[in-house]
Amino acid sequence: MLITLMVVVGLVVLVLLWVVAIYNGLVRQRNEVKNAWAQIDVQLKRRHDLIPNLVETVKGYATHERGTLDAVISARAKAVNTHGVANQAVAEGELSQALGRLMMVVENYPDLKANQNFLALQEELTSTENRIGFARQFYNDSVMKYNTVIESFPQNVVAGSFGFQRAEHFELQDAAQREAPQVKFS
Amino acid sequence: MWEAIRSNQRRSLWLIAVMGTLLVALGIVIGLTVDMVLLFNPLQAVKTGLETGHVATFQEQLWEARGSALIGAGIALLVWGLLYLSAVTSGDSILLSSARAREIRREDAPQLWNIVEEMTIAAGLGRMPRIFIIDDASLNAFAAGYDPNRAAVAVTSGLLKSLNRDELQGVLAHEIAHIRNHDVRFMTLAAIMLGTIVMLAHFLLRAMFYGGQGRRGSSRQTGGGAQILMIAVALLFAILAPLLAQVLYFATSRRREYLADASAARFTRYPEGLASALEKIQRRPGVAADTNQAVAPMFIINPLQAERSLVRLFSTHPPTAERIRILRSMSGAGFQAYEEAYRAARKSGRCIGAQTLAAESDAVTIRTASVQTAEDTPLSRGEAVERVLDHALPFVVLTCGCGTKLKLPPGWKRPTAECPRCGRQHEVPKAQTAQVLGVAAALGVATAATRAAEAATPAESPAKSAADRPARYTRRGRGWESFQCTCGHPVQLSPNFTASTIGCPKCRRRIQIIDATAEASGT
Ligand SMILES: [Zn+2]
Ligand SMILES: [Zn+2]
Repeated sequence: MLITLMVVVGLVVLVLLWVVAIYNGLVRQRNEVKNAWAQIDVQLKRRHDLIPNLVETVKGYATHERGTLDAVISARAKAVNTHGVANQAVAEGELSQALGRLMMVVENYPDLKANQNFLALQEELTSTENRIGFARQFYNDSVMKYNTVIESFPQNVVAGSFGFQRAEHFELQDAAQREAPQVKFS
Repeated sequence: MWEAIRSNQRRSLWLIAVMGTLLVALGIVIGLTVDMVLLFNPLQAVKTGLETGHVATFQEQLWEARGSALIGAGIALLVWGLLYLSAVTSGDSILLSSARAREIRREDAPQLWNIVEEMTIAAGLGRMPRIFIIDDASLNAFAAGYDPNRAAVAVTSGLLKSLNRDELQGVLAHEIAHIRNHDVRFMTLAAIMLGTIVMLAHFLLRAMFYGGQGRRGSSRQTGGGAQILMIAVALLFAILAPLLAQVLYFATSRRREYLADASAARFTRYPEGLASALEKIQRRPGVAADTNQAVAPMFIINPLQAERSLVRLFSTHPPTAERIRILRSMSGAGFQAYEEAYRAARKSGRCIGAQTLAAESDAVTIRTASVQTAEDTPLSRGEAVERVLDHALPFVVLTCGCGTKLKLPPGWKRPTAECPRCGRQHEVPKAQTAQVLGVAAALGVATAATRAAEAATPAESPAKSAADRPARYTRRGRGWESFQCTCGHPVQLSPNFTASTIGCPKCRRRIQIIDATAEASGT
């Protein structure tokens, strides 16, 4: 009788330990996703901070590009005030497009392209765009790993009862960015 | 990504175990040799032999010398431990100061700083590595630092000057991949083990040489076969142990090099950046000052390669040409694409662990170049005319069922063309292509297409064989475009392809892509 009781108690303790281990693993992975998202957030803020400077510098040279500049400013304002992964993706995608158009227009102003201040800003912008891209890549990798884990057995049981939810992928809704620039061989 | 590191670590543990066994065995052999050969007193042996009426056999003598064997093994491990400890505590600072590197701040080289930050994000490193510049005209870069969170990357000033942004990014991605994959830590460990083995083997050989000279006369009288057997075993060990350790070490180092390339392609999503950088570095490598064997594996290209190019088995780095070829024949930027390209190029083996490949479920696509790498070579008159003509001649346009427009340039010689998107085969209307070629011939100017056609029949002029003529293709639009390599294989360019060269998927020839549209808007 006592032995049966001890075996049962032992089994319960084992199961509990096992659940705790899975729970900790899930928490760790969820934090990884959170950290990855924080990294994207930092880079998006960095981009928002760069834009006023860039617009100011371009304004001095490209006097005929009001429309393009205004589009960038309003896209930025919209992006700053948007929250949530999916909504932010849309707003940031639009901002990317507006910025892309601006950088294309800039090609027509050789004086501007020779300006040291502008060149430095351009490097910062290039780097920021890259960072957003790489941070997004890292974030999506983490999300994929996390989503796979919470949907596979036995983790899904623990995840379900403790309310772990699928994380969203961050995809910029920019056609130019999404369309894979690739070389195909036939 | 994570799985890559784990499988890497498993493999590394094996190497460390084998090398460690080798090290301990060598220590034991040294202990035994010193005891049985160098400290062996023939007179004493004869005396005890007479007293007991028994001559000790080889096994008995080994058993007698077991204490010395233990001491030998202990000393071997101690030497390794001390060297390792000094490397861990001060390794990278010695390395960096010996390479005359100076640490930079953000404002010293903002672009370099930015690129390192970008790659830190892409690799998901906890902390950005410190950045050093080595004042040297040679082109090289390396990673240092025992702990991935306290690592450092160094580039030569020559490298900084000669590479464009994408290329620099490729190189730094490779170095940061070394840090991320724990290569720095592991290679330090293995390099020191190798160094200890080589040192001990050297010591053993010397000891036998000097010891043997002193007692050649006496040992013959005793007729001690055990001593001769021990000398043979010791000799074998002294020669084979370092060789084996080196082969193991270099094989692992090469594998890590491929893996760092694969990771770099995945981090940057732009394999061409690293490929083109390697090409430049290979063309003008130059040995960075004060480089020694121990740090060689951490460089992007082995700076000491020249000395050791004869024996591939003993090379820390795979042949650069092969690395470039693999990177350039990648169809995507992920591990899957690298593995495929690796197998195609090497025809054997595998590079990336199966787990890593399985973990990477979605294909990683190649991004566009961030810099326009237009070659600044002025055009000859003939080429200028050719370019204008190429531009004026009409395309053959086919519309595929999937909606893709296939634009075949004049001179397309195959009867069919494959749609790059859906893979459907299309018949090419012969009359149109023939007509275009006729126009070109009448004007007496070779178009890129007709030249390619000529080059494809090498019998005409053996001096100008197709192989040593750089293939070129002048691009005319920004849509999908297909042309034929001189080997006859079709090559497709996507609208987003902006690099300056492309490799033929079949014959691997480099084909220079001249962008006519970029040219037109620039002037
Ligand atoms: Zn390397
Ligand atoms: Zn070819």
